[in-house]
Amino acid sequence: MNRYPLWKYIVIGAALLISFIYTLPNFFGEVPAVQVLPVRTTEKVDTALLQKVETALSAAGIVSQGVALDERGVKARFASTDSQLKAKDALQATLGQGYTVALNLLPASPHWLTALGALPMNLGLDLRGGVHFLLQVDMPKALEKAAERYQGDIRTLLRENKVRYTGINREGELVIVKFRDAVQRDAARKAVEENYPDVQLADSEVGEEFVLTGSLKQQAKVKTQEYALQQNLTTLRNRVNELGVAEPVIQQQGIDRVVVQLPGVQDTAKAKEILGRTATLEIRMVDEDRMQDPATVQAATGGQVPFGTELYYERGGQPVLVKKTVVLTGDYITDAQPGFDSQTNEAAVHLNLDGRGARLFKNVTRENVGKRMAILLIEKGKTEVVTAPVIREEIGGGRVQITGMDSPQEASDVALLLRAGALAAPMEIVEERTVGPSLGADNIERGMNSTLIGFAVVAVFMVVYYQLFGVVSVLALAVNLFLLVALLSMMQATLTLPGIAGIALTLGMAIDANVIIAERIREELRLGMSPQAAIAAGYDRAWDTILDSNITTLIAGFALFWLGSGPVRGFAVTLCLGILTSMFSSVIVSRAMVNLTYGRAKRLTKVSI
Amino acid sequence: MIELFHIKRDIPFMRYARSTIYLSVLFIVASIALLATKGLNLGVDFTGGTVMEVSYPKPADVAGIRAHLTKAGYSDVSAQNFGTSRDVLVRLPVKAGVTSAQLSEKVMVALKQHDATVLLKRVEFVGPQVGNELFEDGALALLVVSIGIVLYLALRFEWRFALGAIFATAHDVFIVLGVWSLFQLDFSLTVLAAVLAVLGYSVNDTVVVFDRIRENFKKTRATDVAAIMDNAKTATLSRTIITSGTTQLMVLSMLLLGGEVLYGFALALTIGIVVGTYSSVLVASPIVMWLGVSREDFIKPVVKPESGAMV
Repeated sequence: MNRYPLWKYIVIGAALLISFIYTLPNFFGEVPAVQVLPVRTTEKVDTALLQKVETALSAAGIVSQGVALDERGVKARFASTDSQLKAKDALQATLGQGYTVALNLLPASPHWLTALGALPMNLGLDLRGGVHFLLQVDMPKALEKAAERYQGDIRTLLRENKVRYTGINREGELVIVKFRDAVQRDAARKAVEENYPDVQLADSEVGEEFVLTGSLKQQAKVKTQEYALQQNLTTLRNRVNELGVAEPVIQQQGIDRVVVQLPGVQDTAKAKEILGRTATLEIRMVDEDRMQDPATVQAATGGQVPFGTELYYERGGQPVLVKKTVVLTGDYITDAQPGFDSQTNEAAVHLNLDGRGARLFKNVTRENVGKRMAILLIEKGKTEVVTAPVIREEIGGGRVQITGMDSPQEASDVALLLRAGALAAPMEIVEERTVGPSLGADNIERGMNSTLIGFAVVAVFMVVYYQLFGVVSVLALAVNLFLLVALLSMMQATLTLPGIAGIALTLGMAIDANVIIAERIREELRLGMSPQAAIAAGYDRAWDTILDSNITTLIAGFALFWLGSGPVRGFAVTLCLGILTSMFSSVIVSRAMVNLTYGRAKRLTKVSI
Repeated sequence: MIELFHIKRDIPFMRYARSTIYLSVLFIVASIALLATKGLNLGVDFTGGTVMEVSYPKPADVAGIRAHLTKAGYSDVSAQNFGTSRDVLVRLPVKAGVTSAQLSEKVMVALKQHDATVLLKRVEFVGPQVGNELFEDGALALLVVSIGIVLYLALRFEWRFALGAIFATAHDVFIVLGVWSLFQLDFSLTVLAAVLAVLGYSVNDTVVVFDRIRENFKKTRATDVAAIMDNAKTATLSRTIITSGTTQLMVLSMLLLGGEVLYGFALALTIGIVVGTYSSVLVASPIVMWLGVSREDFIKPVVKPESGAMV
């Protein structure tokens, strides 16, 4: 009765073999490596880049342990961190600004394992060090920005259609247009409805004035928010690329949040600065007429800013009155590079505009020759006039040069910010977790040690108390550990410290099934059953109990996973998987071992339990 | 064969049921009173704020650090040793208008002025809004787990068992929370995870006993519910103690060797396993008995096929 059919042994054997193979990569550790990526995502990662890297390395006389190409870029492995650092410098020098060269760690497992898809678990930030940010996108701001855009569009539309209005302004997400009579208002309504289907309009009368209030339709609002989040994600990706981080995580969480994880980043201040910057560029015209009058400017600095203009200051501190209408925004910029003005040798940023931007820019410069144009950098709610040059001639072709930076360093910072793109809406860090690398190494060591020592103590107890059955239980427990680690590796789960705690706890609880079985067998023996029958009865009767008790724990695990975040999730994943693997190992695998030991004995008189 | 618990006669657990339940109710009431008056010392995960762990090459002058930070304008800062005398944990409440990014850097600059050898090991910042959400999610998780378990047990066993199990489990959770409140320990997200794990463990433990009670109900013709329960509990006692012992060994090794980050987690489990074991033997089943469970609830009425109905 205690014999398994052959196929069961085969299934168990296969499960053990597979779990062993997939657990294996975790024991090989990691080797230092350098990862090369083009800064712009549009550029292809191909064999040409691979060759470039190889030539650069051999030119610098650095021996690599292999250079490989995958969708994440070109990766070169090195024997020591020393040559890794040298290679990074050499590659950055040869490849130039267009490429990101990042330090990385790659699994050191042999090639055949990697070819099988057997990769080690990812280590969480708490184990390897790094930064975790949760960023909240300011959605009301995104809607306000959209309203601002519509305000400009509607103004142009009304002018084109020769509709007379007395005023147009924006209050939060609403665009408010005022008219003298209802006829003009109806004409405006018709024009807006035809051209902007996303806008819903409402009429009202305030005193003598006829008012048309425009707001975004609900559908359009949702679309705007989705778009804002997507754009912010893209922008963050570009910025992180600039930081040169290997294997960053940038993910949407919920409808208005973004998770950014940067493993191995040491300089968190720099990371925060680059991520948190919400620099946008705006090009607007200087209100030359009003600037002519010193009294107006004086009054403006005192707080009485004339209608339709805004007051900003130049670097030197001179006030500039700038028209509210935005000529161009950073959205039209396709590239920004630091450089120098060819004549004055001043630090400058060279911008390339896309087709539409180039056309707009050409028109504006043609119409405003001799006037000044202000280039505004808006950062964290602060607006600064970078420079306000006089337009000498019409500028076509979409190539713009901005001077007025203090130093080449600043030019390169501004270029980086502009190149990385603008955020559709500002973001705020609402959660941050930074773990230093030494603490990470500490955590992993402590977590592992405590698990292993706990395991060893439990193992000794089990063997002493249950003898051969104890040995079987401990082996089953070890199988459980292998299965669990293999599953986590296959899923490419991220191992965190709470995850290790979850593994430890499931190991502690997994032994429960074996205890239940062993106690049951002892009981049946005491009641006078024959050893073979007692073993069979013990396993059979214990199964119901094991199932019920594990399912209830599983319910807790699922709820933890569903509602938990961050550390709680890592714990929940290991807990749930651990329960599943423990049912397999402590019931089926341990039974197989017992069957192999006792199953063939015809007259079994004694069981070592 | 080594047997720690070879018990010849059933232990009359149920005779003491009244006292054990009174004791439990006393503990629960005390815990609730503590939670109501002192409350939980919610960590930065739930309240929002910034925690920084820094380390020094030599034992840190915590009082000096505190004084220096206060002088630098961080009046409501707390600094204390963390694990070793060289590690210091600095806590800062949420400040309106100052983003986390700036705050932790500014504090670091201030700390460097005080002692340039300081090393930043860890920063945790949680915005007040996120903190609230984490707390709500945690409370929701607790509720969902409880409902899920009650439903499962009601289906697999009987509603009285479900209620008994959930009472025993709530007892464990309240006591762990009560200890946290009494000593004003830092209640973090990982401690919450541990509390939920205690919940899982405690139910697991209770179910094993219940399973035996159910089996006994089906097996015997005896009608003395207390005796049936005593027998089931005696039969599973050795398993109950050995399992809680082995799990406790794992958790204790985490408590002693796992470092500061796992300390709260391991401590909550250590307490939870002790009270969980107690409650699954001495609290859960008396409730089931008092709710009036009987053998009949588990014997399915035999339905005889009606002969005349056949066509």
